[in-house]
Amino acid sequence: MAFRNYILVCGGTACESSKSDDIYNALIAECKAQGVADEVQIVKTGCFGFCEQGPIVKILPEDSFYVQVKPEDVPELIAEHIIKGREVERLLYVKEKKKHAKVEDIEFYQKQFRIVLRNCGFIDPENIEEYIARDGYIALEKVLFEMTPDDVINELRTAGLRGRGGAGFPTWMKWNFTRQASGDLKYIVVNADEGDPGAYMDRSVLEGDPHSVLEAMVIAGRTVGSNQGFIYIRAEYPLAIRRLEIAMKQAREMGLLGKNILGSGFDFDIEIRLGAGAFVCGEETALLASIEGRRGMPVPRPPFPAVKGLWGMPTVINNVETWANIPVIIAKGGTWFNKIGTQDSPGTKVFALTGKIRNSGLVEVPMGITLREIIYDIGGGIAHGKEFKAVQTGGPSGGVITIENLDTPIDFGSLTKLGSMMGSGGMIVMDEDDCIVDVTKFYLNFTVDESCGKCSPCRIGGRSLANLLEKITKGNGELADLDQMLEIGQAMKKASLCALGQTAPNPIISSLHYFRDEYLAHIVDKKCPAGKCKSLISYYILPDKCIGCTACARKCPTGAITGERREVHVIDQAACIKCGVCYETCKFGAIEVR
Amino acid sequence: MKMVHMKINGMPVEIEAGQNLLAAAKKVHVNIPVLCYHPDLPAWAACGLCVVKQENSPKLLRACATPVQENLSIITHDAELYQIRKTVIEMIMSTHPNTCLTCARNGVCELQRFAAEFGVREQPFEVRIADLPKDTSTTSIVLDPTKCIKCGRCVQVCQQLQGVYALEFIGRGDNTVMSPAAGLPLNDSPCIKCGQCSAHCPVGAIFEKDETALFVKATGDPNKHVVVQIAPAVRVALGEAFNLPAGTITTGKIYSALRRLGADKVFDTNFSADLTIMEEGTELVRRLTTGEGAIPQITSCCPAWTDYMEKYYPDMIPNFSTAKSPMMMQGAVTKTYYAEKAGVDPARIYSVAIMPCTAKKFEISRDDNMHASGYPDVDLVLTTREFARLIKASGIDFLKLEDEEADSPIGTYSGAGTIFGNTGGVMEAALRTAYHLITNEEMGDVNIEEVRGMEGVRSGEVDIKGTKLRVAVAHGMANVSTLLEEIREARDSGKEPPYHFIEVMACRGGCVAGGGQPYSTTDEVRAQRIAGIYTDDERSVTRCSHQNPEIIQIYDDYLGQPLSDRAHELLHTNYHERKIYKK
Repeated sequence: MAFRNYILVCGGTACESSKSDDIYNALIAECKAQGVADEVQIVKTGCFGFCEQGPIVKILPEDSFYVQVKPEDVPELIAEHIIKGREVERLLYVKEKKKHAKVEDIEFYQKQFRIVLRNCGFIDPENIEEYIARDGYIALEKVLFEMTPDDVINELRTAGLRGRGGAGFPTWMKWNFTRQASGDLKYIVVNADEGDPGAYMDRSVLEGDPHSVLEAMVIAGRTVGSNQGFIYIRAEYPLAIRRLEIAMKQAREMGLLGKNILGSGFDFDIEIRLGAGAFVCGEETALLASIEGRRGMPVPRPPFPAVKGLWGMPTVINNVETWANIPVIIAKGGTWFNKIGTQDSPGTKVFALTGKIRNSGLVEVPMGITLREIIYDIGGGIAHGKEFKAVQTGGPSGGVITIENLDTPIDFGSLTKLGSMMGSGGMIVMDEDDCIVDVTKFYLNFTVDESCGKCSPCRIGGRSLANLLEKITKGNGELADLDQMLEIGQAMKKASLCALGQTAPNPIISSLHYFRDEYLAHIVDKKCPAGKCKSLISYYILPDKCIGCTACARKCPTGAITGERREVHVIDQAACIKCGVCYETCKFGAIEVR
Repeated sequence: MKMVHMKINGMPVEIEAGQNLLAAAKKVHVNIPVLCYHPDLPAWAACGLCVVKQENSPKLLRACATPVQENLSIITHDAELYQIRKTVIEMIMSTHPNTCLTCARNGVCELQRFAAEFGVREQPFEVRIADLPKDTSTTSIVLDPTKCIKCGRCVQVCQQLQGVYALEFIGRGDNTVMSPAAGLPLNDSPCIKCGQCSAHCPVGAIFEKDETALFVKATGDPNKHVVVQIAPAVRVALGEAFNLPAGTITTGKIYSALRRLGADKVFDTNFSADLTIMEEGTELVRRLTTGEGAIPQITSCCPAWTDYMEKYYPDMIPNFSTAKSPMMMQGAVTKTYYAEKAGVDPARIYSVAIMPCTAKKFEISRDDNMHASGYPDVDLVLTTREFARLIKASGIDFLKLEDEEADSPIGTYSGAGTIFGNTGGVMEAALRTAYHLITNEEMGDVNIEEVRGMEGVRSGEVDIKGTKLRVAVAHGMANVSTLLEEIREARDSGKEPPYHFIEVMACRGGCVAGGGQPYSTTDEVRAQRIAGIYTDDERSVTRCSHQNPEIIQIYDDYLGQPLSDRAHELLHTNYHERKIYKK
């Protein structure tokens, strides 16, 4: 049955936390109330990506893109758009005073190329038929009935797909190692232990298009000779877990999972394993230990999991984003895929664009695009008219990229050359208000908290580095600390057991390379140029700007500001705790940070 | 054996496949530093000291965890590796207290050695020592978490080698500690006090409870009559503390040293090992011939093992031999038979045992049966390590000592008594006497090679003139479960027991590699100590317990028959289920 209108409501975690569930329910109620329930289908989809503007509601066939919708807006949407056929202009996305009704008009989407996120925001992830309607499970059918395992490996080889978890290892090689390895049992594992600060690519794929991962797992099982898969996902992703469970149930019911898939005689089933949220369990050997019920600690490779993995058996383990690429590659062919992106890194990459950016959200771009295009064209530039300072890629394992390198085409190789890395896709934009030492300290504190504690370079060196950064931001830094950080960093890079420890010093090494002056300002001048490090800043009242309104004095939590009404106020530096409330309160720009 | 050809520092190496790069380097006389690796354990790859370079690869490899490979070319030492290793040592030192002078491993510490070799002269990094209390809850070993370098050996030993799982990694990152689950005191945990953790700890974070001062105090007390026994395994290991090769037999010097240390009488646990065989061998024959008691009979002379069984396999208690361990038998006859014979008031006797074992410190007070004489049968246990320190502190030039003999009437031993120190030894000693008990004849060749060796579980059939005995030997606590499961299964399904007699020792190799023995025990060292014990056996005048003249005498004069009422009262005990976790 065809409907007059389709209303797509974003059901990703971010929009759900902004009440998109209430919007969805209100839409159903309102359609009934206004008598159009039979003419309109309301679909809760996965993430649209444009999280800055959520909750998002899209209405088809007009392709109207409503942003920041509230449950209260629903009656008007139904009355105006659905019944009268008039767009609700005030809810359309506005940029530079221009209203953008349609998705293709919105610059956020213009340079994106969606393979992994192909279905996110288009289909109801809880309905397998919608996935199938968009060519879902066609690739599996091909693999089961038309292709040999060799064909599948060759297709992936032609495609040139590299692992999207961060290391960029060619996927076909991993699969081939497992295929050739001897073992009574073999396993397929999905690494959904996404944990970089600010990154949520994998969560969105699983929430918005769970079948793409399930289909890929069955394809891998058939290719390497495995009948059992595991999805290792952090328990903090309840929505993704629920949608996976629904998807698995529906796939089983349709004979796409379980015994004798599509009558091919091939059996494959999947179990979900919940992780307790340890970042180190994203490291594949630690992840496998965790699935086995042991403490999540890495073990040395070789042997690689492809040969000796879960319970000692050959195991293919790939990250969610890698998996989501597979069905498309099989369906459309490796040659098609290989033409997208760069020679070094074919295909696309999903980034979680966050920080001081105007349009934060999830973006999927072809490899080879420049950072400038992502930050300025897609991201809309820096928020609040501030100056761009740097962008951190690769999360706590990566480094900073500065303005001089913004035109570098992005791929695995180029980012590493710049002293950063692709990582899993976190992209955090910093502006002039961000202190590089403070940001670096944040990353180091993260890796120190997340270190498993097994190997001494990471366990001890990480803490030493974090403490040295703390010392510098407190104004107690010495020049020798910089050399010591590099010495410790070098030992950690070389002698840590796993990638967590090996890459933990990267933010320091990279920021010291590009922003040494800022470190020196902290150490030599005892100043924090960005005004972030509380021990190094003081708040002053400018006498020529203060009108004596007393607003600051009334808000100051320690009573450090004194002054008569209509007279210039003064801050008692000894009592000031540098909370910055006065700075935010003053409407006359009379508070200065030095 | 498949051979692999590779290069270490440009030098060609041929080595058996499956070995690691540490072994390959050893072939060309290169030692790569390690702190977490121990040859008894699978590579743990934690410390970061053994990193080496592979030609044409920017990534370093951990030599402990990397198997040899055809055509591999490895650099083990260069300027960069030197610097990395030194930095790692300095990092580890930054979390390790500088209290070497008061440390149990002062002078024999593996971290101290590397600090010295790398010439660390200052502490470049911020020092952060954990503020954690010592765990002194057991009578045997002490945990000092402030000294722990998180190498993981203790946890690996406790779990992989011993199957006890008392120790675990608790906490994360730089809050990681090695501790019983939920931070419980060791004494409330499944710990069996075997002390293998203390023997493997590279630093002084786990060590035996030092009680040497009690010995000194007792010898200085004129009212105390100090009587000392030495265990079989001590005599082939103590020499290592005085730079003698492992396996050197120093029995005569030990007797002599003990007298210089102030012992009034020097006896030998080997005598009571013979006594144990008389009791346990008779018990076995009785179980086999009368059908009284559970089959198989399982040895009970290892206190770590009895503790393990009481906690993990209490349903097997009926299978335990009720015979006490030789140490406890020796204590009981010291304060009764000897006291009576020598006319010494047992209340004055201070009974000391020199043992290769930390669990023996626990055994002397495990229950009331350890006071069979009416007094504590053994007052003090010193490990071989403590004993070595005592000798040194007393200014005794051990190597120059003349050999002396043990005292009578409980100091003479047969070869069967001495082999109690080896895995398979109790079994072999028991079979030598069982043969006599069953056939009333003497065995021709008393060397029973079938029960010797280093495999974790060994089983076979011994033919005693038509009586076929199925026997099994297990050592290394983790190995025992397969045997016990086999017995349980047969019992529960009503089948005939798969074995008649089983010997179990908690430590790999037996008491020769006990938790209280000198440091640096490896399979190579075990083999040397084991060979020393068999040599002692071969040199013995008598080879079977029932031939020991002092054994014959104690039955004639005091005990009557094996398993007599008096023997039961003094030499036998019973076992009870214990909770794995006390709380």
